[in-house]
Amino acid sequence: MDVPAKGGFSFDMCCRNGMMEKKGFKAPGFLKTGTTIVGLVFADGVVLGADTRATEGPIVADKNCEKIHYMAPYIYCYGAGTAADTEAVTAGRESRVVTALALLKSHLFRYQGHVSAALVLGGVDCTGPHLHTVYPHGSTDTLPFATMGSGSLAAMSVFESKYKEGLTREEGIQLVSEAICAGISDDLGSGSNVDVCVMTKGKTEYLRNHLLPNPRTYVSSKGYSFVLGQTEVLATKITPLKQAEVTIGDAMEE
Amino acid sequence: MSRRGDWVYENNGGTCVAIAGADYCVIAADTRLSVGYSILTRDHSKICELADKCVLASSGFQGDIKALHKNLAARELLYQHQHNKRMSCPAMAQLLSNTLYYKRFFPYYAFNVLGGLDSEGKGCVFTYDAVGSYERTGYSAQGTGSTLIMPVLDNQLKSPSPLLLPARDAVTPLSETEAIDLVKDVFASATERDIYTGDKLEIVVVNKAGTRREYIDLRKD
Repeated sequence: MDVPAKGGFSFDMCCRNGMMEKKGFKAPGFLKTGTTIVGLVFADGVVLGADTRATEGPIVADKNCEKIHYMAPYIYCYGAGTAADTEAVTAGRESRVVTALALLKSHLFRYQGHVSAALVLGGVDCTGPHLHTVYPHGSTDTLPFATMGSGSLAAMSVFESKYKEGLTREEGIQLVSEAICAGISDDLGSGSNVDVCVMTKGKTEYLRNHLLPNPRTYVSSKGYSFVLGQTEVLATKITPLKQAEVTIGDAMEE
Repeated sequence: MSRRGDWVYENNGGTCVAIAGADYCVIAADTRLSVGYSILTRDHSKICELADKCVLASSGFQGDIKALHKNLAARELLYQHQHNKRMSCPAMAQLLSNTLYYKRFFPYYAFNVLGGLDSEGKGCVFTYDAVGSYERTGYSAQGTGSTLIMPVLDNQLKSPSPLLLPARDAVTPLSETEAIDLVKDVFASATERDIYTGDKLEIVVVNKAGTRREYIDLRKD
């Protein structure tokens, strides 16, 4: 008896895709985010931070993308890994941080690592501030400070040197910014600007583009003109399309 | 491909550009060296002055590039001793092509752009592939940012095809300052979108007065 599909992935095309790859037909790639994402717990809550570069291999696809995902009024989640996966995983969830955590980890475990989302989840709920990391296979860690993504080593070196318990809000934002800046300068997969999110009891502040440490260094004063004819037109072919007839009368009748 | 135990190359990234003018040549390259997602150094020159009117810029595997530059510099010195004059740019262009093809079955992982003045004092640029196929053009870009830069140069400098008869001048009518401005802008743009290009831009200008160097900062992220 055929069991109806309850969702999840269909692996029907795997054989056919494998055969096509063998024949030299490469599958289209997907947008990965390179990335540095960090989080830390301070005296009154949680601060999350991220860079804003999205890469497609060696090319920057988006210079100022948003890696933060809203999960609940005081719970936010930063994602590294495939952009589409992190978007899909974090939609439609709510309430306590540990609840969000359980929902995320069970979702990711069910997909056995095929959903390539590595997340830093932070928030403040009735039980206080929480910070967790979630890995693509579904494992989680609960930590006072955390970093994820290709720039995580650069960021973690900053945290390990300078983190201490009971930081103030300003110190927390400063430390998170420094950690993301370390990722931005030393990791090629991360870059552009610093986004920060501060969560305290009853209040979330999303500091989009909190720092912009990488302005463009040179702009030509001469400018560029693109006049008609600058690109050589070798041939022109105009194919007139037949006019379609539309009768509006029938649609309006009851 | 790089998972096999015998893969002996690595790409240290970077971009090189050269533009030929009526009586000058601009050769430029960024100074970033990287491997994987890490930066090895922000301040490494990819440019080698082989003769007084002949400058080579190469991007690719730095180990092979160092060896290639050393090889060519040594051959140029020998030429000087034998002919009592420095090598001209077109002569060096042929030498580079032969040197690269010599290692046809274990190539130098180097993407080269040779620029300078020819024997008449006109700017010349020679562009190469990894095994020595070369062509004299009015401008060229090689390296990780080349696909971002070439279309802009094609649009702005529009070199006539070398296959046209009668042979037309490949050099750009732009002035030296305009060409340098274009090079700076084009590198700043490539730095925005190519993760392997950035840090600093080194510009070498060759004209009849001699050779001079200029540096500008690029994005460091």
